[in-house]
Amino acid sequence: MSDKSPPKVELTIPIIPDMELAATKTAEVVAKHMDLDEEKSAEISMALIEATINAFEHSDSTEGNVQIHFVIQGELLVIKVTDRGKGFDKSQVKIPTIEEKITSDHKRGWGLQLIQELMDTVEFESTGEGTTVTMTKKK
Amino acid sequence: MADFTLEVKDEGDIVVIETNGYLNNVGGEKISQACYEKMENGKTRFLLDLENSKVVNSIGVSIIIEIIEKLQDVDGRLGYYNLAPIVEKTFNIMGLTKYSTVFGSKSEALEGMS
Repeated sequence: MSDKSPPKVELTIPIIPDMELAATKTAEVVAKHMDLDEEKSAEISMALIEATINAFEHSDSTEGNVQIHFVIQGELLVIKVTDRGKGFDKSQVKIPTIEEKITSDHKRGWGLQLIQELMDTVEFESTGEGTTVTMTKKK
Repeated sequence: MADFTLEVKDEGDIVVIETNGYLNNVGGEKISQACYEKMENGKTRFLLDLENSKVVNSIGVSIIIEIIEKLQDVDGRLGYYNLAPIVEKTFNIMGLTKYSTVFGSKSEALEGMS
């Protein structure tokens, strides 16, 4: 057994419009290192955009930034997106449908649905002191 | 990333909008503004060429849902071509393809919208 810790990349993203794209650039490099195919790499980037803009828009973080950790565990990529905001109750988040959204005044609210569809696993840990979204993708 | 830009062309009765850049809230608003201006002039059929918008987010795509809603009021149609696979997948997940059409090429799109 090796005691070498798995490769990890840590990013701090300021809450500034479009800065989520900085996270996707890193994700592309990590995916390339893992030799993931283009489809999986694009799915990871899209899920990461959604997780990051959710943190930007809904956390009301006073810290002003979002932490993103990429951990390569063999053939599994684990991504954690953490904000130090007010937290949220996932049970209160309604699963959107196009039939409902097309006539609604509120057409947004697709982020969690996209993340869950695009990644292999997704877990949420949220308290009044912040939220961590943990997403995984297998090679 | 460079600012989102678009080019609007009339191809007969069909309005073709070629986009360039990240389709976020800003990009979505620019597309909707271009569509609504054309709708005021009686246009009801629109095609988005997304070849140069390979990165999108759900906020930008939500604005496209708004365009679809407004087109329903005038019996209009919206279609797309040159989509990156992840953009097409996103449109499928969000259900846009139930109310608008993804085409394989510009010629197929122009024929399909005629």
